Amino acid sequence: MATRQTQLLARSLLTPAVGLLFIWMIVPLALTLYFSTLHYSLLDPGSESFVGLENFRYFLTDPAFLASLRNTLVLVGSVLALTILLGIPLALLMDQPVIGRNFVRLMVIAPFFVMPTVSALVWKNLLMHPVSGLFAWLAQLFHLTPIDWFNDVPLFAVILIVTWQWLPFATLILLTALQSLDEEQKEAAEMDGASAVSTFIYITLPHLARPITVVILIETIFLLTVFAEIFVTTGGGPGLQTTNIAFLIYSQALIQFDVGSASAGGLVAVVIANIVAFFLVRIVGRNLEA
Amino acid sequence: MARMATTRRVVVSTAAAWLFGFLIFFPILWMVLASFKTELEAFAIPPSFLFFHWTTENYATVQERSDYFHHAMNSIIIAGGSTLIALLIAIPAAWSMAFSPTRRTKDILLWMLSTKMMPPVGVLVPIYLIYKSFGLLDSCIGLVLILCLGNLPIVIWMLFTYFKEIPRDILEAARMDGATIGRELVYVLTPMAIPGLASTLLLNLILAWNEAFWTLNLSTSNAAPLTTFIASYSSPEGLFWAKLSAASTLAIAPILVLGWFSQKQLVRGLTFGAVK
Repeated sequence: MATRQTQLLARSLLTPAVGLLFIWMIVPLALTLYFSTLHYSLLDPGSESFVGLENFRYFLTDPAFLASLRNTLVLVGSVLALTILLGIPLALLMDQPVIGRNFVRLMVIAPFFVMPTVSALVWKNLLMHPVSGLFAWLAQLFHLTPIDWFNDVPLFAVILIVTWQWLPFATLILLTALQSLDEEQKEAAEMDGASAVSTFIYITLPHLARPITVVILIETIFLLTVFAEIFVTTGGGPGLQTTNIAFLIYSQALIQFDVGSASAGGLVAVVIANIVAFFLVRIVGRNLEA
Repeated sequence: MARMATTRRVVVSTAAAWLFGFLIFFPILWMVLASFKTELEAFAIPPSFLFFHWTTENYATVQERSDYFHHAMNSIIIAGGSTLIALLIAIPAAWSMAFSPTRRTKDILLWMLSTKMMPPVGVLVPIYLIYKSFGLLDSCIGLVLILCLGNLPIVIWMLFTYFKEIPRDILEAARMDGATIGRELVYVLTPMAIPGLASTLLLNLILAWNEAFWTLNLSTSNAAPLTTFIASYSSPEGLFWAKLSAASTLAIAPILVLGWFSQKQLVRGLTFGAVK
């Protein structure tokens, strides 16, 4: 049915978006690649020189890289585990007949809409402050020693904050998936005498497999580049204890002004993110055909 | 018997759901309460939950001392501007892919999605240097531009999944009745596309309002939106909890309301249609 004219129209409507995204993707990435082969410091302009893979060697063998890679993995892994393990029971609970469910939903989803700088500072000060924070007061009530969160367990403190931000997302997606689960299937299982536990294991959990995968992949993309939460709470410290790859690259670029090795680090981050993206694009793509 | 069990189940699950919901919401509530306390009370141990001297002084101070509205205005310009421009570019693209798909449409969509997965930190250096040489650092235009490009893939994807759901039979029926393309667009397609457009707009406003990588790195004062403004409270010497809370409450209130309206679309938008 489509005439030549409509085809032409369709293409000209699509071109601006494709062109812009192409430029947005290719130009900065090419520049990053180019800078990564240079000795290039903003403190010493004019001294740029080609150094080949030297920056990569420097970045990858820097002890800070290994530490930040470890922190990144711990942060991403812990937040994923916590949001899924807490999100499943929470979604199951909210799928029960609950009076005022819509209101509970509003309360649960709220943290997701709080800007990262606000949630990090509110947690750091109002809740986690070792003397005047609410947690310190609660600890005293139970005659425990208050935890100095950002000195004793800094990475865990960041993990808690980020988990609080992402738990609503996981819960909401799992809840949406649960609500599309066929009730009759569950009822049939119950009629056949299946216990609640085996209904969960054999019917609910398989149904949740796909949404859980989606949650894991999407959260991973965002969690790999957690930045603001670290920026306003610990500044990567103490030492390197809360420096993740994103923060390490930021500090090399905008604090140490070492453009070359920050660019090399940026490419490493792109490679890591691409590995995740590969799987996500496949899953979403499969869905597109269905 | 069955009835009894059901009632008990409702009571138990209601109590549990409210308890956990309240716990999750509590940090926000605690912040709002602190914003109405005096600095001393906000800091006090043991803390007072409701019986303190309620005051709105902090809200006034935040505006006087730090020109809150200037930053709020920046947030509105940056989030609103980037969303509108993204929509203008995305609507024709999504439209064309939904209504005259070609063999390559699927590949184009997936490629667009993959650009969203590029970590911003991977291009921080070149963007920073480009912005520096064009004088775009700490400018609203610069931030509008970068947030618009960053969110464009999500906008196109969301619009695409909504447009896709508009039944094509209706278009054909309109054509049979002799509607021209212009009439078709105004009277048939637009009304059906408005809900999808509205929710895309809302979700993107929220994402842009809360974006805190580019805004923190590319703005300092002039163009600083609320994310950057709030971050300035992180310095240890300037800890004013009540004022931090007041500024934060103002910063998140509008977006919280918008967010609550768009929670259904959120699932769909952020999972690129993979979970509905």
